[in-house]
Amino acid sequence: MTLADAGRRLPASARMRRAISNGRVTAVLILLPPALILFTLFVTLPLGESAWYSFFNWNGYGTPSNFVGIANYERILNHSVFHIAVGNTLKIVAISLLIQMPLALFLALLIYKKTPTNAVFRLVFFLPYILAEVAAGLIWSFVFDGNYGVTASIAQSLGLGNVFILSDPDLAFMAIMTVIVWKYFGFHMMIYIAALQSVPQDQIEAAKIEGASRRQVVRYVQIPHIKPAIAVSAFFAIIGALQVFDVIIPLTNGGPSNQTHTIVTYLYTFGLTRLNIGFGSAVGVILFVGAVTVAVFYQRIFMKRAEA
Amino acid sequence: MTRNILRVTLLLIVASFVLAPMIATILGGFKTNAEIRTNALGLPAMWNTEFYGQIITDPAFWRYLRNSMIISVGSVVLTLIVGAAAAYVFAQIRFFGSRMLFSYILLGLMFPFATAILPLFIKVRDIGLLDTWWAVILPQTAFSLSLAILLFRTFFAQLPKELFEAAYIDGCGYVRFFWRFTLPLSAPILATVGVFVFVQSWNNFLLPLVVLNSRDVFTWPLGMMQFRGEYVTQWNLTLAFVTLTIVPAIVFFLAAQKYIVAGLTGGAVKG
Repeated sequence: MTLADAGRRLPASARMRRAISNGRVTAVLILLPPALILFTLFVTLPLGESAWYSFFNWNGYGTPSNFVGIANYERILNHSVFHIAVGNTLKIVAISLLIQMPLALFLALLIYKKTPTNAVFRLVFFLPYILAEVAAGLIWSFVFDGNYGVTASIAQSLGLGNVFILSDPDLAFMAIMTVIVWKYFGFHMMIYIAALQSVPQDQIEAAKIEGASRRQVVRYVQIPHIKPAIAVSAFFAIIGALQVFDVIIPLTNGGPSNQTHTIVTYLYTFGLTRLNIGFGSAVGVILFVGAVTVAVFYQRIFMKRAEA
Repeated sequence: MTRNILRVTLLLIVASFVLAPMIATILGGFKTNAEIRTNALGLPAMWNTEFYGQIITDPAFWRYLRNSMIISVGSVVLTLIVGAAAAYVFAQIRFFGSRMLFSYILLGLMFPFATAILPLFIKVRDIGLLDTWWAVILPQTAFSLSLAILLFRTFFAQLPKELFEAAYIDGCGYVRFFWRFTLPLSAPILATVGVFVFVQSWNNFLLPLVVLNSRDVFTWPLGMMQFRGEYVTQWNLTLAFVTLTIVPAIVFFLAAQKYIVAGLTGGAVKG
Protein backbone atom coordinates (compact mmCIF):
# COMPACT_ATOMS: atom_id res chain seq x y z
CA MET A 1 0.00 0.00 0.00
CA THR A 2 1.45 3.36 -0.95
CA LEU A 3 0.98 6.61 0.88
CA ALA A 4 -1.19 8.02 -1.83
CA ASP A 5 -3.59 5.08 -1.45
CA ALA A 6 -3.72 5.61 2.28
CA GLY A 7 -4.67 9.21 1.69
CA ARG A 8 -7.50 8.26 -0.64
CA ARG A 9 -9.46 6.32 1.97
CA LEU A 10 -9.88 9.30 4.29
CA PRO A 11 -12.75 11.80 4.00
CA ALA A 12 -11.97 14.98 2.08
CA SER A 13 -11.53 17.28 5.06
CA ALA A 14 -9.21 14.86 6.82
CA ARG A 15 -7.29 14.32 3.62
CA MET A 16 -6.83 18.07 3.28
CA ARG A 17 -5.65 18.43 6.89
CA ARG A 18 -3.27 15.58 6.41
CA ALA A 19 -1.95 17.01 3.17
CA ILE A 20 -1.24 20.30 4.90
CA SER A 21 0.43 18.74 7.92
CA ASN A 22 2.77 16.51 5.94
CA GLY A 23 3.96 19.40 3.81
CA ARG A 24 2.32 18.33 0.60
CA VAL A 25 0.51 21.62 0.11
CA THR A 26 3.62 23.61 1.00
CA ALA A 27 5.63 21.56 -1.48
CA VAL A 28 3.17 22.30 -4.27
CA LEU A 29 3.03 25.97 -3.36
CA ILE A 30 6.80 26.37 -3.19
CA LEU A 31 8.00 24.16 -6.02
CA LEU A 32 5.44 24.65 -8.77
CA PRO A 33 4.78 28.43 -9.06
CA PRO A 34 8.24 29.56 -10.27
CA ALA A 35 7.96 27.39 -13.39
CA LEU A 36 4.35 28.34 -14.01
CA ILE A 37 5.04 32.06 -13.59
CA LEU A 38 8.11 32.06 -15.84
CA PHE A 39 6.34 29.99 -18.48
CA THR A 40 3.24 32.15 -18.43
CA LEU A 41 5.10 35.45 -18.39
CA PHE A 42 7.64 34.68 -21.13
CA VAL A 43 5.96 32.04 -23.28
CA THR A 44 2.16 32.09 -23.11
CA LEU A 45 1.60 35.81 -22.63
CA PRO A 46 3.91 36.90 -25.47
CA LEU A 47 2.10 34.50 -27.79
CA GLY A 48 -1.24 35.98 -26.81
CA GLU A 49 0.15 39.49 -27.14
CA SER A 50 1.41 38.64 -30.61
CA ALA A 51 -2.13 37.82 -31.64
CA TRP A 52 -3.40 41.05 -30.04
CA TYR A 53 -0.74 43.35 -31.53
CA SER A 54 -1.27 41.84 -34.95
CA PHE A 55 -4.53 43.78 -35.30
CA PHE A 56 -2.86 47.15 -34.74
CA ASN A 57 -0.62 49.46 -36.62
CA TRP A 58 1.92 50.11 -33.87
CA ASN A 59 5.51 51.26 -33.62
CA GLY A 60 6.00 49.79 -30.15
CA TYR A 61 5.74 53.01 -28.14
CA GLY A 62 2.87 53.76 -25.81
CA THR A 63 -0.05 51.40 -26.10
CA PRO A 64 -1.40 50.07 -29.38
CA SER A 65 -4.42 52.19 -30.31
CA ASN A 66 -4.57 52.29 -34.08
CA PHE A 67 -6.78 49.26 -34.67
CA VAL A 68 -6.55 48.11 -38.27
CA GLY A 69 -8.38 44.79 -38.18
CA ILE A 70 -6.87 42.24 -40.50
CA ALA A 71 -5.04 44.82 -42.62
CA ASN A 72 -1.63 43.55 -41.50
CA TYR A 73 -2.51 40.04 -42.59
CA GLU A 74 -3.75 41.28 -45.94
CA ARG A 75 -0.55 43.22 -46.51
CA ILE A 76 1.57 40.22 -45.65
CA LEU A 77 -0.35 37.80 -47.81
CA ASN A 78 -0.12 40.22 -50.75
CA HIS A 79 3.54 41.02 -50.25
CA SER A 80 5.74 39.45 -52.92
CA VAL A 81 8.68 39.13 -50.51
CA PHE A 82 6.53 37.09 -48.15
CA HIS A 83 5.70 34.77 -51.04
CA ILE A 84 9.42 34.36 -51.66
CA ALA A 85 9.98 33.68 -47.94
CA VAL A 86 7.30 30.99 -47.88
CA GLY A 87 8.60 29.51 -51.13
CA ASN A 88 12.11 29.37 -49.68
CA THR A 89 10.83 27.69 -46.54
CA LEU A 90 9.11 25.06 -48.69
CA LYS A 91 12.34 24.60 -50.64
CA ILE A 92 14.16 23.90 -47.38
CA VAL A 93 11.49 21.37 -46.43
CA ALA A 94 11.84 19.68 -49.83
CA ILE A 95 15.63 19.54 -49.65
CA SER A 96 15.45 18.20 -46.10
CA LEU A 97 13.03 15.45 -46.97
CA LEU A 98 14.43 14.50 -50.39
CA ILE A 99 18.17 14.94 -49.98
CA GLN A 100 19.14 15.48 -46.38
CA MET A 101 17.16 12.66 -44.79
CA PRO A 102 18.01 9.99 -47.40
CA LEU A 103 21.67 11.00 -47.13
CA ALA A 104 21.49 10.79 -43.33
CA LEU A 105 19.79 7.40 -43.50
CA PHE A 106 22.32 6.07 -45.99
CA LEU A 107 25.22 7.18 -43.79
CA ALA A 108 23.52 5.85 -40.67
CA LEU A 109 23.25 2.43 -42.32
CA LEU A 110 26.97 2.56 -43.11
CA ILE A 111 28.12 3.43 -39.60
CA TYR A 112 25.47 2.35 -37.10
CA LYS A 113 27.50 -0.64 -35.90
CA LYS A 114 29.62 0.04 -32.87
CA THR A 115 33.21 -0.02 -34.08
CA PRO A 116 36.02 2.48 -33.37
CA THR A 117 36.19 3.69 -37.00
CA ASN A 118 32.46 4.21 -37.07
CA ALA A 119 32.60 6.17 -33.83
CA VAL A 120 35.09 8.59 -35.41
CA PHE A 121 32.92 9.11 -38.50
CA ARG A 122 29.88 9.61 -36.31
CA LEU A 123 31.68 12.35 -34.39
CA VAL A 124 32.84 14.07 -37.55
CA PHE A 125 29.38 14.02 -39.12
CA PHE A 126 27.77 15.35 -35.96
CA LEU A 127 30.30 18.16 -35.58
CA PRO A 128 28.56 20.79 -37.76
CA TYR A 129 25.41 20.36 -35.72
CA ILE A 130 27.03 21.55 -32.49
CA LEU A 131 28.45 24.71 -34.08
CA ALA A 132 26.48 27.89 -33.63
CA GLU A 133 24.42 28.65 -36.72
CA VAL A 134 25.98 32.08 -36.93
CA ALA A 135 29.47 30.60 -36.91
CA ALA A 136 28.45 28.08 -39.56
CA GLY A 137 26.96 30.87 -41.66
CA LEU A 138 30.10 32.95 -41.34
CA ILE A 139 32.37 30.01 -42.21
CA TRP A 140 30.37 29.32 -45.35
CA SER A 141 30.15 32.97 -46.29
CA PHE A 142 33.93 32.73 -46.45
CA VAL A 143 33.75 29.52 -48.49
CA PHE A 144 31.40 31.19 -50.99
CA ASP A 145 33.19 34.56 -51.04
CA GLY A 146 33.77 35.54 -54.67
CA ASN A 147 37.14 37.20 -54.03
CA TYR A 148 38.68 35.16 -51.24
CA GLY A 149 36.75 31.98 -50.75
CA VAL A 150 37.16 28.32 -51.51
CA THR A 151 34.68 28.39 -54.38
CA ALA A 152 36.57 31.41 -55.75
CA SER A 153 39.79 29.37 -55.81
CA ILE A 154 38.03 26.50 -57.53
CA ALA A 155 36.33 28.77 -60.07
CA GLN A 156 39.60 30.50 -60.87
CA SER A 157 41.49 27.26 -61.33
CA LEU A 158 38.75 26.17 -63.73
CA GLY A 159 39.15 29.48 -65.55
CA LEU A 160 35.64 30.68 -64.69
CA GLY A 161 36.75 34.02 -63.30
CA ASN A 162 35.14 35.43 -60.16
CA VAL A 163 31.82 33.90 -59.19
CA PHE A 164 29.84 35.73 -56.53
CA ILE A 165 27.51 32.98 -55.43
CA LEU A 166 25.90 34.79 -52.51
CA SER A 167 25.04 37.86 -54.54
CA ASP A 168 23.58 35.87 -57.40
CA PRO A 169 19.78 35.69 -57.03
CA ASP A 170 19.65 32.23 -58.60
CA LEU A 171 22.56 30.68 -56.74
CA ALA A 172 22.31 32.32 -53.32
CA PHE A 173 19.51 30.18 -52.00
CA MET A 174 21.10 27.01 -53.36
CA ALA A 175 24.18 27.95 -51.36
CA ILE A 176 22.06 28.45 -48.24
CA MET A 177 20.46 25.04 -48.68
CA THR A 178 23.90 23.48 -49.04
CA VAL A 179 24.83 24.99 -45.69
CA ILE A 180 21.62 23.73 -44.12
CA VAL A 181 22.22 20.17 -45.31
CA TRP A 182 25.84 20.39 -44.12
CA LYS A 183 24.74 21.68 -40.73
CA TYR A 184 21.87 19.33 -39.96
CA PHE A 185 22.33 15.97 -41.69
CA GLY A 186 24.38 14.74 -38.71
CA PHE A 187 21.49 15.37 -36.37
CA HIS A 188 19.13 13.23 -38.45
CA MET A 189 21.82 10.59 -38.84
CA MET A 190 22.20 10.33 -35.06
CA ILE A 191 18.47 9.78 -34.65
CA TYR A 192 18.60 6.96 -37.21
CA ILE A 193 21.70 5.43 -35.65
CA ALA A 194 20.05 5.29 -32.24
CA ALA A 195 17.03 3.61 -33.83
CA LEU A 196 19.07 1.18 -35.94
CA GLN A 197 20.98 0.03 -32.89
CA SER A 198 17.74 -0.99 -31.27
CA VAL A 199 16.60 -3.23 -34.16
CA PRO A 200 16.64 -6.77 -32.74
CA GLN A 201 19.70 -8.56 -34.09
CA ASP A 202 17.92 -11.93 -34.33
CA GLN A 203 15.44 -10.56 -36.87
CA ILE A 204 18.30 -9.45 -39.09
CA GLU A 205 19.98 -12.83 -38.65
CA ALA A 206 16.76 -14.66 -39.42
CA ALA A 207 16.28 -12.69 -42.63
CA LYS A 208 19.85 -13.45 -43.66
CA ILE A 209 19.42 -17.16 -43.00
CA GLU A 210 16.39 -17.12 -45.23
CA GLY A 211 18.59 -15.75 -47.98
CA ALA A 212 17.80 -12.06 -47.84
CA SER A 213 20.40 -9.81 -49.46
CA ARG A 214 21.89 -6.83 -47.65
CA ARG A 215 19.52 -4.57 -49.57
CA GLN A 216 16.49 -6.68 -48.66
CA VAL A 217 17.45 -6.63 -44.99
CA VAL A 218 17.56 -2.85 -45.11
CA ARG A 219 14.34 -2.58 -47.06
CA TYR A 220 12.21 -5.12 -45.22
CA VAL A 221 13.67 -5.34 -41.71
CA GLN A 222 15.61 -2.26 -40.75
CA ILE A 223 13.64 0.57 -42.36
CA PRO A 224 10.22 -0.68 -41.18
CA HIS A 225 11.72 -0.88 -37.70
CA ILE A 226 12.94 2.68 -37.62
CA LYS A 227 9.85 4.27 -39.15
CA PRO A 228 9.01 6.14 -35.92
CA ALA A 229 12.52 7.62 -35.91
CA ILE A 230 12.09 8.68 -39.53
CA ALA A 231 8.78 10.31 -38.64
CA VAL A 232 10.41 12.19 -35.76
CA SER A 233 13.27 13.39 -37.92
CA ALA A 234 10.86 14.52 -40.64
CA PHE A 235 8.92 16.44 -38.03
CA PHE A 236 12.07 18.17 -36.80
CA ALA A 237 13.16 18.92 -40.35
CA ILE A 238 9.87 20.67 -41.10
CA ILE A 239 9.62 22.53 -37.79
CA GLY A 240 13.27 23.52 -38.20
CA ALA A 241 12.70 24.74 -41.76
CA LEU A 242 9.92 27.01 -40.53
CA GLN A 243 12.32 28.70 -38.13
CA VAL A 244 15.54 29.11 -40.12
CA PHE A 245 17.07 32.47 -39.28
CA ASP A 246 20.61 32.52 -37.84
CA VAL A 247 22.28 30.92 -40.86
CA ILE A 248 20.79 33.42 -43.32
CA ILE A 249 21.96 36.58 -41.56
CA PRO A 250 25.73 36.14 -42.04
CA LEU A 251 25.31 34.51 -45.47
CA THR A 252 22.99 36.89 -47.32
CA ASN A 253 20.92 38.81 -44.76
CA GLY A 254 17.91 38.05 -46.94
CA GLY A 255 19.44 39.51 -50.11
CA PRO A 256 20.18 39.89 -52.96
CA SER A 257 17.00 41.90 -53.57
CA ASN A 258 15.11 39.98 -50.87
CA GLN A 259 15.47 36.66 -52.71
CA THR A 260 16.69 34.59 -49.77
CA HIS A 261 14.30 35.52 -46.99
CA THR A 262 12.72 32.88 -44.82
CA ILE A 263 9.64 33.48 -42.67
CA VAL A 264 11.68 34.46 -39.63
CA THR A 265 14.16 36.71 -41.46
CA TYR A 266 11.11 38.32 -43.06
CA LEU A 267 9.60 38.87 -39.61
CA TYR A 268 12.86 40.33 -38.35
CA THR A 269 13.53 42.57 -41.34
CA PHE A 270 10.06 43.93 -41.95
CA GLY A 271 8.70 43.75 -38.40
CA LEU A 272 11.46 44.39 -35.94
CA THR A 273 14.11 46.48 -37.66
CA ARG A 274 11.41 48.87 -38.89
CA LEU A 275 9.52 48.71 -35.59
CA ASN A 276 6.32 47.61 -37.30
CA ILE A 277 5.32 45.67 -34.22
CA GLY A 278 1.80 44.95 -35.43
CA PHE A 279 2.96 43.79 -38.84
CA GLY A 280 5.75 41.64 -37.42
CA SER A 281 3.39 40.12 -34.87
CA ALA A 282 1.03 39.12 -37.66
CA VAL A 283 3.93 37.32 -39.37
CA GLY A 284 4.61 35.63 -36.03
CA VAL A 285 1.01 34.49 -35.79
CA ILE A 286 1.16 33.02 -39.30
CA LEU A 287 4.33 31.18 -38.33
CA PHE A 288 2.63 29.94 -35.18
CA VAL A 289 -0.33 28.62 -37.15
CA GLY A 290 2.06 26.85 -39.50
CA ALA A 291 3.99 25.21 -36.66
CA VAL A 292 0.87 24.08 -34.82
CA THR A 293 -0.63 22.70 -38.02
CA VAL A 294 2.49 20.64 -38.63
CA ALA A 295 2.46 19.42 -35.03
CA VAL A 296 -1.21 18.42 -35.18
CA PHE A 297 -0.80 16.68 -38.53
CA TYR A 298 2.22 14.84 -37.26
CA GLN A 299 0.35 13.65 -34.19
CA ARG A 300 -2.66 12.56 -36.23
CA ILE A 301 -0.61 10.57 -38.71
CA PHE A 302 1.75 9.25 -36.10
CA MET A 303 -0.98 8.26 -33.64
CA LYS A 304 -2.86 6.45 -36.38
CA ARG A 305 0.23 4.53 -37.31
CA ALA A 306 0.84 3.65 -33.68
CA GLU A 307 -2.70 2.30 -33.35
CA ALA A 308 -2.56 0.27 -36.55
CA MET B 1 36.59 -6.65 -48.35
CA THR B 2 36.15 -4.57 -51.51
CA ARG B 3 32.79 -3.60 -50.15
CA ASN B 4 34.41 -2.26 -47.00
CA ILE B 5 36.98 -0.29 -48.98
CA LEU B 6 34.17 1.25 -50.99
CA ARG B 7 32.30 2.05 -47.79
CA VAL B 8 35.26 3.75 -46.12
CA THR B 9 36.09 5.68 -49.30
CA LEU B 10 32.55 7.00 -49.42
CA LEU B 11 32.67 7.95 -45.76
CA LEU B 12 36.00 9.71 -46.24
CA ILE B 13 34.56 11.76 -49.10
CA VAL B 14 31.63 12.88 -46.96
CA ALA B 15 33.95 13.56 -44.04
CA SER B 16 36.16 15.79 -46.16
CA PHE B 17 33.11 17.72 -47.34
CA VAL B 18 32.12 18.16 -43.69
CA LEU B 19 35.56 19.14 -42.43
CA ALA B 20 36.93 21.20 -45.33
CA PRO B 21 35.14 24.46 -44.44
CA MET B 22 36.20 24.17 -40.81
CA ILE B 23 39.81 23.41 -41.71
CA ALA B 24 39.88 26.27 -44.22
CA THR B 25 38.63 28.53 -41.41
CA ILE B 26 41.26 27.43 -38.91
CA LEU B 27 44.08 27.70 -41.46
CA GLY B 28 42.73 31.00 -42.77
CA GLY B 29 43.49 32.60 -39.41
CA PHE B 30 47.20 31.95 -40.03
CA LYS B 31 47.32 33.45 -43.52
CA THR B 32 47.71 36.98 -44.80
CA ASN B 33 44.76 38.30 -46.78
CA ALA B 34 46.80 38.20 -49.97
CA GLU B 35 47.48 34.54 -49.39
CA ILE B 36 43.84 33.72 -48.68
CA ARG B 37 43.01 35.20 -52.08
CA THR B 38 45.25 32.77 -53.87
CA ASN B 39 45.21 29.83 -51.49
CA ALA B 40 41.96 29.50 -49.58
CA LEU B 41 42.15 25.81 -48.75
CA GLY B 42 45.81 24.81 -48.48
CA LEU B 43 48.36 25.09 -45.70
CA PRO B 44 49.71 28.60 -45.13
CA ALA B 45 53.14 29.38 -46.58
CA MET B 46 54.00 31.00 -43.28
CA TRP B 47 52.26 30.36 -39.98
CA ASN B 48 51.44 33.91 -38.90
CA THR B 49 50.18 33.95 -35.34
CA GLU B 50 49.67 37.70 -35.14
CA PHE B 51 46.01 37.54 -36.25
CA TYR B 52 45.09 35.09 -33.55
CA GLY B 53 47.19 37.18 -31.18
CA GLN B 54 45.26 40.28 -32.07
CA ILE B 55 41.95 38.60 -31.17
CA ILE B 56 43.23 37.03 -27.96
CA THR B 57 44.58 40.34 -26.71
CA ASP B 58 41.34 42.16 -27.54
CA PRO B 59 39.45 42.75 -24.27
CA ALA B 60 36.15 42.88 -26.20
CA PHE B 61 36.61 39.26 -27.27
CA TRP B 62 36.88 38.10 -23.68
CA ARG B 63 33.99 40.30 -22.64
CA TYR B 64 31.77 38.65 -25.28
CA LEU B 65 32.78 35.21 -24.01
CA ARG B 66 32.21 36.23 -20.41
CA ASN B 67 28.72 37.53 -21.21
CA SER B 68 27.85 34.34 -23.06
CA MET B 69 29.20 32.25 -20.21
CA ILE B 70 27.22 34.14 -17.55
CA ILE B 71 24.02 33.98 -19.58
CA SER B 72 24.44 30.28 -20.37
CA VAL B 73 25.30 29.25 -16.83
CA GLY B 74 22.46 31.41 -15.52
CA SER B 75 19.99 29.78 -17.91
CA VAL B 76 21.19 26.28 -17.03
CA VAL B 77 21.00 26.82 -13.27
CA LEU B 78 17.61 28.46 -13.45
CA THR B 79 16.18 25.83 -15.81
CA LEU B 80 17.46 22.97 -13.68
CA ILE B 81 16.16 24.35 -10.39
CA VAL B 82 12.83 25.70 -11.57
CA GLY B 83 12.20 22.85 -14.01
CA ALA B 84 13.17 20.06 -11.64
CA ALA B 85 11.09 21.55 -8.83
CA ALA B 86 7.98 21.64 -11.01
CA ALA B 87 8.66 18.19 -12.49
CA TYR B 88 9.06 16.81 -8.97
CA VAL B 89 5.59 18.06 -8.06
CA PHE B 90 4.13 16.58 -11.25
CA ALA B 91 5.85 13.25 -10.66
CA GLN B 92 5.42 12.88 -6.92
CA ILE B 93 2.32 14.68 -5.74
CA ARG B 94 -1.21 14.08 -6.92
CA PHE B 95 -3.40 17.11 -6.64
CA PHE B 96 -6.38 18.65 -8.37
CA GLY B 97 -5.40 20.23 -11.69
CA SER B 98 -2.01 18.58 -11.85
CA ARG B 99 -2.59 16.95 -15.24
CA MET B 100 -4.05 20.11 -16.68
CA LEU B 101 -1.06 22.20 -15.58
CA PHE B 102 1.31 19.60 -16.95
CA SER B 103 -0.41 19.66 -20.36
CA TYR B 104 -0.31 23.45 -20.23
CA ILE B 105 3.48 23.38 -19.81
CA LEU B 106 3.84 20.77 -22.57
CA LEU B 107 2.10 23.10 -25.02
CA GLY B 108 5.37 24.99 -25.05
CA LEU B 109 6.93 22.18 -27.10
CA MET B 110 4.90 23.30 -30.11
CA PHE B 111 5.48 27.07 -29.91
CA PRO B 112 7.94 28.60 -32.34
CA PHE B 113 10.18 31.01 -30.50
CA ALA B 114 10.11 33.65 -33.22
CA THR B 115 6.37 34.21 -32.70
CA ALA B 116 7.07 35.56 -29.25
CA ILE B 117 10.08 37.67 -30.16
CA LEU B 118 8.35 41.04 -30.71
CA PRO B 119 6.18 40.91 -27.56
CA LEU B 120 9.24 39.72 -25.64
CA PHE B 121 11.16 42.74 -26.88
CA ILE B 122 8.34 45.06 -25.74
CA LYS B 123 8.00 43.30 -22.38
CA VAL B 124 11.72 43.24 -21.66
CA ARG B 125 11.94 46.92 -22.59
CA ASP B 126 8.96 47.88 -20.45
CA ILE B 127 10.29 46.18 -17.32
CA GLY B 128 13.64 47.85 -17.89
CA LEU B 129 15.71 44.74 -18.61
CA LEU B 130 17.00 45.70 -22.08
CA ASP B 131 20.78 45.34 -22.22
CA THR B 132 20.94 43.12 -19.15
CA TRP B 133 21.82 39.43 -18.89
CA TRP B 134 18.36 38.76 -17.50
CA ALA B 135 16.79 39.86 -20.77
CA VAL B 136 18.23 36.71 -22.31
CA ILE B 137 18.21 34.38 -19.31
CA LEU B 138 14.54 34.68 -18.38
CA PRO B 139 12.90 34.08 -21.80
CA GLN B 140 15.45 31.40 -22.63
CA THR B 141 14.71 29.56 -19.40
CA ALA B 142 10.98 29.87 -19.93
CA PHE B 143 11.29 28.36 -23.40
CA SER B 144 13.46 25.47 -22.16
CA LEU B 145 11.06 24.56 -19.37
CA SER B 146 8.67 22.44 -21.43
CA LEU B 147 11.25 19.93 -22.61
CA ALA B 148 13.12 20.03 -19.28
CA ILE B 149 10.00 19.31 -17.24
CA LEU B 150 8.93 16.52 -19.60
CA LEU B 151 12.30 14.77 -19.35
CA PHE B 152 12.63 15.35 -15.59
CA ARG B 153 9.17 14.07 -14.82
CA THR B 154 9.74 10.87 -16.76
CA PHE B 155 13.00 10.33 -14.88
CA PHE B 156 11.65 11.19 -11.42
CA ALA B 157 8.67 8.91 -11.88
CA GLN B 158 11.07 5.99 -12.38
CA LEU B 159 12.88 6.56 -9.08
CA PRO B 160 11.96 3.86 -6.53
CA LYS B 161 8.85 4.77 -4.54
CA GLU B 162 10.09 2.87 -1.47
CA LEU B 163 12.82 5.45 -1.01
CA PHE B 164 10.33 8.23 -0.49
CA GLU B 165 8.20 6.15 1.85
CA ALA B 166 11.20 5.30 4.02
CA ALA B 167 12.32 8.92 4.14
CA TYR B 168 8.78 10.04 4.83
CA ILE B 169 8.47 7.73 7.84
CA ASP B 170 11.74 9.18 9.13
CA GLY B 171 10.08 12.57 9.06
CA CYS B 172 11.47 13.91 5.82
CA GLY B 173 9.04 16.25 4.07
CA TYR B 174 8.48 16.67 0.34
CA VAL B 175 10.60 19.73 -0.15
CA ARG B 176 13.54 18.32 1.82
CA PHE B 177 13.24 15.02 0.02
CA PHE B 178 13.48 16.85 -3.28
CA TRP B 179 16.77 18.51 -2.26
CA ARG B 180 18.29 15.61 -0.39
CA PHE B 181 17.34 12.67 -2.57
CA THR B 182 15.63 13.42 -5.88
CA LEU B 183 18.18 15.91 -7.18
CA PRO B 184 21.33 13.95 -6.22
CA LEU B 185 19.87 10.76 -7.69
CA SER B 186 19.04 12.49 -10.96
CA ALA B 187 22.54 13.52 -12.00
CA PRO B 188 22.37 11.88 -15.47
CA ILE B 189 19.18 13.62 -16.53
CA LEU B 190 20.28 16.91 -14.96
CA ALA B 191 23.51 16.68 -16.97
CA THR B 192 21.65 15.87 -20.19
CA VAL B 193 19.20 18.73 -19.85
CA GLY B 194 21.91 21.06 -18.54
CA VAL B 195 24.13 20.44 -21.55
CA PHE B 196 21.19 20.88 -23.90
CA VAL B 197 20.23 24.23 -22.37
CA PHE B 198 23.86 25.34 -22.28
CA VAL B 199 24.48 24.62 -25.95
CA GLN B 200 21.24 26.31 -26.97
CA SER B 201 22.04 29.37 -24.92
CA TRP B 202 25.67 29.53 -26.02
CA ASN B 203 24.64 29.46 -29.68
CA ASN B 204 21.52 31.60 -29.38
CA PHE B 205 21.42 34.52 -31.77
CA LEU B 206 17.91 35.86 -32.34
CA LEU B 207 17.00 36.69 -28.74
CA PRO B 208 20.29 38.43 -27.83
CA LEU B 209 20.16 40.25 -31.16
CA VAL B 210 16.81 41.72 -30.24
CA VAL B 211 17.25 42.50 -26.53
CA LEU B 212 20.95 43.42 -26.33
CA ASN B 213 22.03 46.63 -28.04
CA SER B 214 25.03 47.70 -26.00
CA ARG B 215 28.36 46.12 -26.89
CA ASP B 216 29.13 45.79 -23.19
CA VAL B 217 26.58 43.01 -22.86
CA PHE B 218 26.99 41.42 -26.32
CA THR B 219 27.24 37.64 -26.39
CA TRP B 220 29.89 36.12 -28.64
CA PRO B 221 27.64 35.53 -31.70
CA LEU B 222 26.68 39.22 -31.64
CA GLY B 223 30.27 40.21 -31.05
CA MET B 224 31.37 38.05 -33.94
CA MET B 225 28.88 39.64 -36.34
CA GLN B 226 29.94 43.08 -35.09
CA PHE B 227 33.57 42.16 -35.67
CA ARG B 228 32.84 40.86 -39.15
CA GLY B 229 31.12 44.15 -39.96
CA GLU B 230 34.14 46.14 -38.81
CA TYR B 231 36.73 44.08 -40.65
CA VAL B 232 34.86 43.27 -43.86
CA THR B 233 37.98 43.25 -45.97
CA GLN B 234 40.10 41.28 -43.53
CA TRP B 235 38.91 37.73 -43.73
CA ASN B 236 41.92 36.40 -41.84
CA LEU B 237 40.94 38.31 -38.68
CA THR B 238 37.34 37.17 -38.93
CA LEU B 239 38.44 33.57 -39.49
CA ALA B 240 40.74 33.77 -36.47
CA PHE B 241 37.81 35.07 -34.43
CA VAL B 242 35.51 32.30 -35.64
CA THR B 243 38.15 29.66 -34.94
CA LEU B 244 38.71 30.89 -31.41
CA THR B 245 35.01 30.55 -30.72
CA ILE B 246 34.42 27.18 -32.38
CA VAL B 247 37.46 25.41 -30.95
CA PRO B 248 36.18 25.61 -27.36
CA ALA B 249 32.82 24.37 -28.62
CA ILE B 250 34.47 21.38 -30.30
CA VAL B 251 36.57 20.59 -27.22
CA PHE B 252 33.50 20.82 -25.03
CA PHE B 253 31.66 18.54 -27.43
CA LEU B 254 34.43 15.92 -27.36
CA ALA B 255 34.54 16.06 -23.56
CA ALA B 256 30.79 15.85 -22.99
CA GLN B 257 29.77 13.95 -26.14
CA LYS B 258 27.74 11.40 -24.29
CA TYR B 259 25.48 14.02 -22.75
CA ILE B 260 25.40 16.22 -25.81
CA VAL B 261 24.30 13.43 -28.13
CA ALA B 262 21.78 12.21 -25.57
CA GLY B 263 20.51 15.72 -24.93
CA LEU B 264 20.25 16.80 -28.52
CA THR B 265 18.89 13.64 -30.11
CA GLY B 266 17.40 11.90 -27.07
CA GLY B 267 15.44 15.02 -26.27
CA ALA B 268 14.18 15.01 -29.82
CA VAL B 269 13.15 11.37 -29.81
CA LYS B 270 11.46 11.43 -26.43
CA GLY B 271 9.85 14.80 -27.08
